[in-house]
Amino acid sequence: MNHSATKEHHKLLSEHFGITAIPGQFTVALAGNPNVGKSTVFNALTGLHQHTGNWPGKTVDNAQGSFTYLDRSFLMVDLPGTYSILAHTIEEQVARDFICFGKPDVTLVVLDATCLERNLNLALQVMEITPKIIVCVNLMDEAEKKNIKIDLSALQKDLGVPVVATAARSGMGLDTLRQKLHEMSIGLCTPTPRQISYSSEVENAIQQLLPNVSRLIGSNLNPRWVTLRLLDGDQAFIKSISQYLNLDLHSTRLQEVAV
Amino acid sequence: MSAVIKPMTTLEEICTEAEKIRLSNPDLGDKIVSDIYQNAEMIAGPAVIKNSTDSRSWDHKLDDILTSRRLGYPIMFALLSIIFWITIAGANVPSQMIADTLFAFQDQLLIWFELAGAPSWLTGILVLGMFRGLAWVIAVMLPPMAIFFPLFTLLEDLGYLPRVAFNLDNMFRRCRACGKQILTMCMGFGCNAAGVVSCRIIDSPRERLIAVLTNNFVPCNGRFPTLIAIATIFMGGMVVSELQTAVASVVVTSLVVLGIFVTFAVSWALSHTLLKGEASSMVLELPPYRKPQLGAIFYRSLIDRTIFVLKRAIIMAAPAGAITWLLANIYIGEISIIGHLAAWLQPFAYAIGLDGFILLTFILGLPANEIVMPILLMCYLSTGQMMEYGTLEELRDILINNNWTWLTAVCTMLFCLLHWPCTTALLSAYKETGSKKWTFLTFLIPTVIAFIVCFIVAQSARLLNLV
Amino acid sequence: MNTAITTIPLSTLGIGSACQIVSLNLQGLLRRRILDLGMVPGTPVQCIRKSPAGDPVAYMVRDTLIALRSEDASQIYVNPM
Ligand SMILES: Nc1nc2c(ncn2[C@@H]2O[C@H](COP(=O)(O)OP(=O)(O)OP(=O)(O)O)[C@@H](O)[C@H]2O)c(=O)[nH]1
Ligand SMILES: [Mg+2]
Repeated sequence: MNHSATKEHHKLLSEHFGITAIPGQFTVALAGNPNVGKSTVFNALTGLHQHTGNWPGKTVDNAQGSFTYLDRSFLMVDLPGTYSILAHTIEEQVARDFICFGKPDVTLVVLDATCLERNLNLALQVMEITPKIIVCVNLMDEAEKKNIKIDLSALQKDLGVPVVATAARSGMGLDTLRQKLHEMSIGLCTPTPRQISYSSEVENAIQQLLPNVSRLIGSNLNPRWVTLRLLDGDQAFIKSISQYLNLDLHSTRLQEVAV
Repeated sequence: MSAVIKPMTTLEEICTEAEKIRLSNPDLGDKIVSDIYQNAEMIAGPAVIKNSTDSRSWDHKLDDILTSRRLGYPIMFALLSIIFWITIAGANVPSQMIADTLFAFQDQLLIWFELAGAPSWLTGILVLGMFRGLAWVIAVMLPPMAIFFPLFTLLEDLGYLPRVAFNLDNMFRRCRACGKQILTMCMGFGCNAAGVVSCRIIDSPRERLIAVLTNNFVPCNGRFPTLIAIATIFMGGMVVSELQTAVASVVVTSLVVLGIFVTFAVSWALSHTLLKGEASSMVLELPPYRKPQLGAIFYRSLIDRTIFVLKRAIIMAAPAGAITWLLANIYIGEISIIGHLAAWLQPFAYAIGLDGFILLTFILGLPANEIVMPILLMCYLSTGQMMEYGTLEELRDILINNNWTWLTAVCTMLFCLLHWPCTTALLSAYKETGSKKWTFLTFLIPTVIAFIVCFIVAQSARLLNLV
Repeated sequence: MNTAITTIPLSTLGIGSACQIVSLNLQGLLRRRILDLGMVPGTPVQCIRKSPAGDPVAYMVRDTLIALRSEDASQIYVNPM
């Protein structure tokens, strides 16, 4: 990222998300379903004391904190927990807009090992937006107690992104997590996440719009994902696009944002 | 396919086209979600190996008890009472110790100031005002909160709070509100400002507003200790010492339960007037119980609370102490400024079972409820009796010397529970609602209710010759 | 559709019984929320417990316990298993 682009990015972060990054710092977004331990992971990495609690909805506001690993500084952003980022509620919109337009260097998706299937719903949605994602399967200790085993290497291969198992409360797996965050931030690892395969009904609809969407938005966002949002009639998203990317309803081409 | 695609150039055109496709295929949104879940199943299926456990897990067994038809409500009530009992029983001794230490230090400070030849107004503002205000807040506030919050966090980390919402949702539904409102009330125990912010977990804007407007009816960190102090030294003081703690915790528990009922009543009233509407839906996840990490919880919430209380004490109580000392020691004619103010408020205050000083301190306590008790004591002490805070009995004597009866105690506690929120909470309400009107109502509703309730209680007690 | 004969509202399901979701007759945010939680057609659901007042009721969906009011659950149609 060149210098002016970094500045541009920092301005965006502070104006739209109230996040202040210092130059050279990598930003990491923490996304996940409610109550999976995002704030616990956040605390464990940053050494801060965000409130945690065993109920969905404890965190309702963005929180930021930083840590240093191998001489690089990382800015963590703890997002509110959401079941989905199709943005039906304000929290979902906050989380979605940050992942989508905040352009974090890495999005860390925290999953609950005891109900992986439901949690993968969100992970797959994030993987459609950005390839820079690390999956953190948290609560491994709880899963073990419930006699649930997870084949992590199979999961990693299937998802096409790094998967790290953690038990954030006791600190298990956090070293690996830091290492993976570092690797991805400095560009040592560029995953190709598995893309959702849709039924023919949805796929046909996508194909009808995709070429035009691609032309319109250029390389800013994954055109396939944008198409899906438009097909979904997501008014909030249309508003977000115009807000963050300076695209009004009538312009013929997105203003390219340097990345 | 591409042959039929019309070239579109603007976002608006694409949106219109998308709209058309959606209309011809109304299930598309559902289908997208279904497809994502199908993918999730395909991935999770081979990656997750579940060895079914035969016995019902302790999760289920615990839920069988905590949400049972017969025991669900009694257990909630019992847990609440037990927590208050432990808080009150445990806070006594440390409170006394902190008070002893800090007031011994105050005496030392007085000696040093005298040796240094400081003018008496300086000694007054710094030592008798600031330091004493600070000392009282710490002695009265810190111990109960440092006991209450770790216990509460224990239940929170266990996963009990969503069960409370599960148990109580039916009542909230009847008030056309959301069961998650109780979660926001639980956060209000810590701080009403935080409680107001946590209302974001309620999806329906109407129900969220109801939760914001009523959050104040749970006593926050700043009001709780006032209730505990009055309950202990006054209500508890009326019975033999063995029963003191028990009586005090019954009184505090009843007050909190009353606050919850007022919340129901106000929510119901709002749903039928200003915020008319039907109950919307509620989707509540009940997470599995998790074994709390005892040590970490106690340590963490103890530190958190101590820092919170000390910070508020220094920011709020110290300046408030200085101002109060000035007001109490600048005389206009025969009476100090504070005396004039109290005398002016007296008729009004008397009608609702308080006295001028009590009402005045509640008004001065608008920036932070923590300072109500210390300012009140300072007011009383400045009016003649040169008594120093020593034991709880002495505190009780201060109140009795200032004509407190059981009715004064009851009305003060009721007023404390129900009155206006502090400025921090009002600010949060403004940020969350973005409206001056709703912020004003957040102030007005509790205020009106506090006056009405105290008026009715005071007048009926006097009519029936109970005092 | 021969499934229509056995299709019942989720709210009528007894404690301990299991079923499979057929369709949702819900609108707006609730519909999306329910779908996002994984209650899509074909998903198995088990009725676990009632709250002390009888409403809401907790259901097990994809290894998660989710409480729904009977008013809402009555708009979710299922096939008992
Ligand atoms: N046993 C165990 N418990 C954990 C672990 N990580 C987090 N927890 C507990 O899980 C609960 C939820 O953790 P939080 O960090 O508050 O979860 P969150 O994802 O931030 O939740 P929201 O803010 O509501 O979205 C807390 O009670 C934590 O103590 C873990 O690895 N093992
Ligand atoms: Mg959190």
